[in-house]
Amino acid sequence: MIEVKDVYKSFGDTAILKGISTVFDKGKTNLVIGQSGSGKTVLLKCLLGLFSPDKGTISHDGKIYSQLSPKEQRNLRQDMGMVFQGSALFDSMTVEGNVMFPLEMFTKQSPSEMKDRADFVLKRVNLIDAHKKYPSEISGGMQKRVAIARAIVMNPTYLFCDEPNSGLDPRTAIIIDNLIQEITKEYDITTVVNTHDMNSVMEIGEKIIFLKNGIKEWEGTKDEIFKTDNEAVTSFVYSSELFKKVRKLYIEERD
Amino acid sequence: MNYLASIGSYAIMIKEVFRKPTKWSIMKSLILKEIDELIFGSMGILIFISFFIGGVVAIQTALNITSELIPKNLVGFATRQSIILEFAPTFCSIIMAGKVGSYITSSIGTMRVTEQIDALEVMGVNALNYLVFPKIIALILYPFIIAISMYVGIFGGWFAGVFGGFSTSADFVEGVQLDFIPFHVTYAFIKTLVFAFILATIPSFHGFYMKGGALEVGKAATTSFVWTSVVIIILNYILTQLLLG
Repeated sequence: MIEVKDVYKSFGDTAILKGISTVFDKGKTNLVIGQSGSGKTVLLKCLLGLFSPDKGTISHDGKIYSQLSPKEQRNLRQDMGMVFQGSALFDSMTVEGNVMFPLEMFTKQSPSEMKDRADFVLKRVNLIDAHKKYPSEISGGMQKRVAIARAIVMNPTYLFCDEPNSGLDPRTAIIIDNLIQEITKEYDITTVVNTHDMNSVMEIGEKIIFLKNGIKEWEGTKDEIFKTDNEAVTSFVYSSELFKKVRKLYIEERD
Repeated sequence: MNYLASIGSYAIMIKEVFRKPTKWSIMKSLILKEIDELIFGSMGILIFISFFIGGVVAIQTALNITSELIPKNLVGFATRQSIILEFAPTFCSIIMAGKVGSYITSSIGTMRVTEQIDALEVMGVNALNYLVFPKIIALILYPFIIAISMYVGIFGGWFAGVFGGFSTSADFVEGVQLDFIPFHVTYAFIKTLVFAFILATIPSFHGFYMKGGALEVGKAATTSFVWTSVVIIILNYILTQLLLG
């Protein structure tokens, strides 16, 4: 569980986060949604410890990152897996090399143990024949799966995903969303996903936080998002004709 | 103010490079890869340039000897002095700032743009140590290619002098051996080692702290070449004053 308490973050004179408080639950896929510039990525980087909040605290299962020693911070970082928007795979390494990288860096496992673990997680994300390929030789969807495999290879307690299905076709995006949700349940991880994608909200949004101009505007589940009257949320989530119709059908069914 | 801030950031970067080392088993392979890329990958171009510059120095010197009173061995002497004191250590370093420096800036800059550096930091890896330290260690071998450059440059001078009809082989070799001061080679290698550190760190600094996209990677590579060259030229002056002055 990650607890965010009254977090403020500014860059120069520009205030990005203005008193965010929320809890990201363990074993759930927690979604952070909002328009570009609403502060989603800055919040995610604060959760990762890449940015320190100007005010307020972020605690990972009771450990407040900014109060930990550098060694404790490094240990906590090793409990975090991150899937970047552009996958951020290392170009100079094969798929297998990318997945084994955290193991080589931080464990004392033998090469065969590391290979077995990499095989296991690659199989888990349904990548079987890509071990020796380089990131440039595989599709965007496969790169995302490798990034997920690399993020979970160390058995993390926390998984962070920054727009994991941006640039993917709708079918692949759903596969990636479902994979993230399955892994969250399977390993009982605290997962935080930043997304613009309303399909993701409807598919995997067990807990949704809506940010607007650095303020938490709304919080709820995917079922509650249909019922909300919050204008900022409805104008963002139901901006397309398709979602307007989906909501209308939902309300008609309910009534 | 911006320059002062950059100098401060550079100093902090250097401190970070030597903090929290990466596992030796990984670092070893990174160092070997960088030696291959930065040292062996640069040998061809440096040998090519050294040979022809040596030849040009010999021809220019020979063409400027108009008085019969000037000994013929001056061609070999001038070639040796020019190559050992300046061309090999300093001008080869400027060439390396273009070749190796822009490679370092663009490769690290691309890693920054594609979030690979963020990925390293999120994992708890000291990205500066992982990316920059192997380059510094690999470039400790830089004097090795400068020694080859010296040899090839003088050989190029001999080749152009003798086969161009500007000097006899005996006169050239006599000039090369004339009044040889071994400390000049030591001076050249001291400069080379200092320049090697500059070649590894200034381009890394420009790549690591760049912001933006692909266009900015190109701009960072150009800026890094300019600043690496400027720093090499200034340090060349200071070291020459300190060591030979």
